[in-house]
Amino acid sequence: MPVLEADGVSKHFQTRRGIFGASRGVVRAVDDISFSVDEGQTLGVVGESGCGKTTTAKLVLGLEEPSGGSIRFQGKDLVGLDTVERRHYRKSVQAVFQDPYASLNPRMRVRDIISEPLVTNENLPATTVRDRVLEMLDLVGLPARSADLFPHEFSGGQRQRIAIARALSLSPRLIVLDEPVSALDVSIRAQILNLLTDLQDRLGVSYLFIAHDLAAVAHMSHTIIVMYLGKIVESGEARALARTPKHPYTEALFSASLPSHPDEKREEIILPGEVPSPLNPPSGCYFHPRCPHAMPRCGQEAPVLRDVEGRRVACHLFDGPGSM
Amino acid sequence: MSSSTRNSVNSDTMTSHSQGAPLLELRNLSTHYVSAAGTRVVRAVEDVSLTLHARETLGIVGESGSGKSTLALTMLRVLPPAAQIVSGQMLFEGEDLVQKSEEDMRKVRGKRIAMILQDPMASLNPLFTIGDQVGEPLREHEGASRKTAWEKAIQLLKSVRIPSSETRVTQYPHEMSGGMRQRIVGAIAISCEPRLLIADEPTTSLDLTIQAQYLNLLRDLQQEHGLGLIFITHNLGIVAKMCNLLAVMYAGKVVESGPVSRVFNTPAHPYTEALLSSIPRMTEQRQRLTAIDGQPPDLSNLPRGCAFAARCPRVFARCMVEEPPIFTPSPGQTARCWLAAPNTAHASSPQVSVGAL
Repeated sequence: MPVLEADGVSKHFQTRRGIFGASRGVVRAVDDISFSVDEGQTLGVVGESGCGKTTTAKLVLGLEEPSGGSIRFQGKDLVGLDTVERRHYRKSVQAVFQDPYASLNPRMRVRDIISEPLVTNENLPATTVRDRVLEMLDLVGLPARSADLFPHEFSGGQRQRIAIARALSLSPRLIVLDEPVSALDVSIRAQILNLLTDLQDRLGVSYLFIAHDLAAVAHMSHTIIVMYLGKIVESGEARALARTPKHPYTEALFSASLPSHPDEKREEIILPGEVPSPLNPPSGCYFHPRCPHAMPRCGQEAPVLRDVEGRRVACHLFDGPGSM
Repeated sequence: MSSSTRNSVNSDTMTSHSQGAPLLELRNLSTHYVSAAGTRVVRAVEDVSLTLHARETLGIVGESGSGKSTLALTMLRVLPPAAQIVSGQMLFEGEDLVQKSEEDMRKVRGKRIAMILQDPMASLNPLFTIGDQVGEPLREHEGASRKTAWEKAIQLLKSVRIPSSETRVTQYPHEMSGGMRQRIVGAIAISCEPRLLIADEPTTSLDLTIQAQYLNLLRDLQQEHGLGLIFITHNLGIVAKMCNLLAVMYAGKVVESGPVSRVFNTPAHPYTEALLSSIPRMTEQRQRLTAIDGQPPDLSNLPRGCAFAARCPRVFARCMVEEPPIFTPSPGQTARCWLAAPNTAHASSPQVSVGAL
C-alpha cells in the first residue's frame, strides 16, 4: 500500500506586477501531477530550477495547500483531517534539508535539537526522552557524548547526521530529503547516502528524495519522476529510466549529467536556450522550444502522460503510430 | 612588458610553446596562512609541483580545506593579507610570477591569466552595464577607447553565444539569468585573449542543462584560443568530462597527479581510489558506496607521517611515522604514498585487507 499518494495535484501562485498590482499572473508551480510513494521505498524527483520540486516537497510536508487535486496519506485525504489526524500526519512526515549549517539552531545542544519534536508532540517522561535521544544518536552513528555538544562542534557530515536523527525521533513513515548531500564534501556524501539506505532497510521508512545530482537520485531511488515547468514529463522504475530515458527532456538531462569515468562515452545532447519563465510558459508542450524532436503539433497541443513500455511519458513522439 | 598586444610578450617563449615548453610550471610551491600572533601556521598549500602546457586542461580536485582554492589565489597572487607564498616558483611562460612586483602582476591578471569564479553575481558589479564590465579589461590592459571597448564587448558577447548582444550590452547583471551571467564572466575572462584560464567551480551554481552548455562553451573557447585551462573543483565528473590532467589535493598537498584516464583507471593513492569509488554511478543501483570514514586533518596541526593515514584503508606502520615523498608509479603519474614506492614488498600484507574494490 502506498504511504502517500498525490492525485492530480496543482499549486498555483498569484503574482502581482506593476506598481499597483494592476496586471495579474498565475504561476503554475505544480500543475496536475500524480505520484505515489510506497512503504519502505524511495521516490526520486529530478528537474532543474523552477520545475516545481520544492513546491512538491512543501505540498507533501503540508506547508502549502494544494490549489487542486488531493494528497492522501495512508489512504486519507489531507484536506479532511481532524486535529488529531493532522497531528499524526505531521509526526509521520519529516524533512531533512540541504544545508546542515542553516537547519540546526546554533544555540541549542544536540540533545535538545533531537528531542524537540518529541517534547512538543508527545507527553513522555524525561528519562524516556533521554533514552530516545541516545538511541537516535546511535542509529545515525554518532557517539553518545555528542548529546551535550553544540552544532558548531560538528563537521558538515556530522551535522547532517544530527538533522537525520531529529527527523527520525518521531518514527516517521516518510522523510522528505531535499538535496540532503549537496552541501557535503564528496568523501562524506557516500557516508550519508549509505546511512540513509541502511536506515530505510532497518526502519522501513519511505523517502521522497529531491536532488539535482542525477547519479545520486538514480542510486537511491526505486522510482523517479522527472519534472519540467511544474509538470511530470516522465516517470518510471529508476534504473530503467536512467538507462533508457524516453522523453527528449529526460534524455537531454541525463546526457548533461557528468560522467563518472573519462572513458564513459555518451551521446552529448546540448539543449538550446534556458527553462522558460513559469509566468509565461510556451504553448502546447512546455518543452517544445528546446526540444530537438519538436514537431508542428508540439507547439499546439499539450501531450498527456501515457503508458509506454512500463513507463509514463508525456510526449507526442509516443502517441502511437496513427497520430504521428 | 607594458605594451599592449600579446605578441610583444617575449617571442622566444611564444615559439617554444608550440614545441612543448610548459605554459605554467609550479615548482615546490607553498602558501601558508599565519595568525596575527604568528603562533598558528596553516599550511594551506604545501610543496605543490604541477605542469601545464597550452591547450591542456588540468583538473585540481579536493574537498573543502584541501587547499585547492588557496592554490588558485596563489597562482594569481590575490591572496588575503594573512597568507604568504613561503617558497617555490611559479613559472608562467618562463617568468617566475612569485618574483614579480605587484605592479607587474597587475599586467598579468585579467590579461595573460584570467579567472572565472563560482558565483557570477558576486563577480559582476550590479551598478555597471554589461558592456562597461566586459569592455573594462580592454580599456585597462590594451588602452582601448570607450567606443572600441563597447564594440568589442558586443563581439565578445556573441562569442559566448548570448543572443541579441547589441541590446544585452546596455543591460545590467540583474536582468540576466544565472547561466547568462556566467557566460558574461566568461566573456570578460577571454576579453584580453589570456593564455591561461583558471575556473574555480565555474558551474556549481548552474542547472544541469545550462552546465552542459557552459562546459561546451569553455571547451570551444579553449580550442579557438589555444588556452591552457585549469578547473578547480570538487566534482570528479567535471574532471572526467573536461580534463586531460588531474591533480588530487589532500591536506594542502598534491597526493596524486597524472593523465586523467590513467588516474581513473589505476589510481595509485588510496585517497584517489576511495574518492573514485565513493561516487554513485547511474547504472548501479542501491549498492553500498565506499565511504571514506573520518574527517580531513586540521591543517594547522598536521599529524606525523602521511596526512591521510588516519582514514586510509591500507595504512601500515611506516605511514604513521614517515611522510611519503613523491613517487612515480607510471610515466607522468605521481603519488605521495608508500604503496607507490618502487619497492613495495613491505606493503603487500596490508593490501590484502582492502575493502575498496
